[in-house]
Amino acid sequence: MRLILALCLSLLAFPALAVQPDEVLPDPALEARARAISQLLRCPVCQGENIDDSNADISRDLRLLVRERLVAGDSDDAVIDFVVDRYGEFVLFEPRATGSNLVLWLAGPGMLLLGGIAAFAFLRRRAAQQTEALSAEEEARLKEILKE
Amino acid sequence: MISELGHFALVLALAVAVVQAVVPLIGAQKRWSGWMAVADPAAVVQFVLIAVAFGALTWAFVTSDFSLRLVVLNSHTDKPMLYKVSGVWGNHEGSLLLWVLILAAYGSAAALFGGNLPATLKARVLSVQGMIGVAFLAFLLFTSNPFLRLAEPPLNGDDLNPLLQDPGLAFHPPFLYLGYVGLSMAFSFAVAALIEGRVDAAWARWVRPWTLAAWIFLTIGIALGSWWAYYELGWGGFWFWDPVENASFMPWLFAAALLHSAIVVEKRESLKAWTILLSILAFGFSLIGTFIVRSGVITSVHAFANDPERGVFILMILGVFMGGALTLFAARAGAMEAKGIFAMVSRESALVVNNLLLAVAAFVVFVGTIWPLVAEMLWDRKLSVGAPFFDAAFSPFMIGLAVLLPIGAMLPWKRAEVGRVFRQLIPALILAVACGLLAWALETGRSAVGPVAAALGAWLVFGALTDLWARTGRGAVRGRLQRLGRLPRADWGRVTAHAGLGVTMIAVGAMNAWATEIIKVVQVGESFPLHGYEVTLNKVEQVEGPNYLSTMAEMAVRRDGREVAVLYPEKRVYPVQAMPTTEAALDYGFFRDIYLVIGDPQDNGGWAIRGYWKPLANWLWIGAALMALGGLLSLSDRRYRVAAGAARRAAAPVAAE
Repeated sequence: MRLILALCLSLLAFPALAVQPDEVLPDPALEARARAISQLLRCPVCQGENIDDSNADISRDLRLLVRERLVAGDSDDAVIDFVVDRYGEFVLFEPRATGSNLVLWLAGPGMLLLGGIAAFAFLRRRAAQQTEALSAEEEARLKEILKE
Repeated sequence: MISELGHFALVLALAVAVVQAVVPLIGAQKRWSGWMAVADPAAVVQFVLIAVAFGALTWAFVTSDFSLRLVVLNSHTDKPMLYKVSGVWGNHEGSLLLWVLILAAYGSAAALFGGNLPATLKARVLSVQGMIGVAFLAFLLFTSNPFLRLAEPPLNGDDLNPLLQDPGLAFHPPFLYLGYVGLSMAFSFAVAALIEGRVDAAWARWVRPWTLAAWIFLTIGIALGSWWAYYELGWGGFWFWDPVENASFMPWLFAAALLHSAIVVEKRESLKAWTILLSILAFGFSLIGTFIVRSGVITSVHAFANDPERGVFILMILGVFMGGALTLFAARAGAMEAKGIFAMVSRESALVVNNLLLAVAAFVVFVGTIWPLVAEMLWDRKLSVGAPFFDAAFSPFMIGLAVLLPIGAMLPWKRAEVGRVFRQLIPALILAVACGLLAWALETGRSAVGPVAAALGAWLVFGALTDLWARTGRGAVRGRLQRLGRLPRADWGRVTAHAGLGVTMIAVGAMNAWATEIIKVVQVGESFPLHGYEVTLNKVEQVEGPNYLSTMAEMAVRRDGREVAVLYPEKRVYPVQAMPTTEAALDYGFFRDIYLVIGDPQDNGGWAIRGYWKPLANWLWIGAALMALGGLLSLSDRRYRVAAGAARRAAAPVAAE
């Protein structure tokens, strides 16, 4: 975000601030959906930002496009598909969990599972050593000592 | 002349670092005390030499010596003095010089205060520290020399990027580097211990303060960066899951895991191999962070060097140090026999779970950060991984951590009963649920994020208080209150840091769930409502700053007719770099921030205005500050002070009283 913003800014002599008053839809429910969608889409030229925060011209075009589709009655997913079809996967901030991207989505849960199994095995080994520590004989001696 | 002195000092420092890396290592192997003793003066001399170089560069910036290429590119005579100085590290070369300066500072600190370390361990630690120094000094001198001269110096410079001309950002990099580089100490101790083939409680006691210090600095550095983004970028976002932010967040997570696992080594002589591995990985991720920021491989918005040659060099450093350390680890880790025995339910186990969650969370951040690179290399897919992914994939680990933390923190060592601890925590649980319900009842939307975060955060805060109270033992309230003051600082530190995490969580939830925004064209003299406040645009005027021109609005914020604040949001243009910035104006409050931004003039008169109501924004920084304070309290615990004091007495037997 930060310095590409600087870059974006320097490309445009006087940038407009992200969402402009004239873009806002009159229907608050529709506008809320537009904002939510905008946060999932990446500005194609200023790589770290979503189109909702971005000042670039193309982001403004995309924001207007999103709103246009929403007004036309598209569902949220249809709007996102519409944009992705034209600008490619690159503009999608939340990669789709299909194909090779499954690795990305499953990396966390998979690692947690593996790590969890390893940690559990380790803990059981430590705990098992403890139960071994007292034999029946020692147990008996312990009782005797405690009686005294 | 002064610049040449600095350059020369840097070359000398490299030579000294080579000596520091080689001689003590051989000495420790052969048990030659003379060779081992070389490490101490070498570390100190290396530090002094780099300090001379850093001083020379600072001098060049302060006096605007435009015969230096770096000064031309990053400075200007009109720039305020603070930013002339911070300009030294506001660029790739200078920040790398600061990096090695801090590295050498840590090394010399270990040389000066490590009097109670076994001689061979100390020699090896300083030798590894010297090796890191050699690598980075070579990197600096051969690819990123800050002392390059220009044949024809221009009359004035290009100025520092205006976004960086800000007090919050002036001190953000030094803190981050103090953190990143601080983890090199844990790394050096880990490698030295692997060479020695010995890890014990004493080793953990030496490593933990360095890790704690690094973690405190990282916490402060990240918080400063986040705070800067919040007020400077103009829409009040505080975390963007940008690759460079992730680069600082991964070492933070690893450092947090490490300082918890080091406790287990220190108190119970268990988890040794894992702690060594974490020490290596924590520094490894610092290096990966350096690579991400400076190679340009992963498209990031932080503009530092985008130079493939530098990227390759850092990758080589990373490969050598991680490859070497991990090979050593594979060969020697088996020798780290664990001693402590503990049951399935015990504080040891709780800390294992803590480490599991933190390490996997860091791994998720790592995979998400490099995934665009991997996908492009392997499948030629150009894709993005951004905030929505991290929110979905990372948050569950933090939620899990928050749920378990208060219970885990109160479990006794060796063998524990969850039921017993849980019974003590019932009041905290009730209060937490009440907070969540209160949040749910008060919010206008029906989002789950806010109430869940409020409940979890409250659970952490009240859990920490319960923890503290339980530490005072049993008996009359008065006696327990008296004991409260006599608790070890480590206890206070733990409780403070855990509560800080809770406060931060509440703030993150509140900001994400409840912040409100208004975007509007406003005429001069017109008023508009903002979450119960009334904001009036009084006037807009042109103002001239030292090195910028500003369009400044005056806006009055009222509540029930009473004036709360007058704010002056600005839009600045820095002519030298022909770059505009927005300067939001904030009215900070304990429960909310009012955040106003002025935009462009409209054709039909009036100005585009953005206003935000940000609930509990300050709790973010308060929470981070509490975490850092907790770390400091823990760092000042008696057991570390006593060790340090013993070292000083051994070094200088002053007149007895």
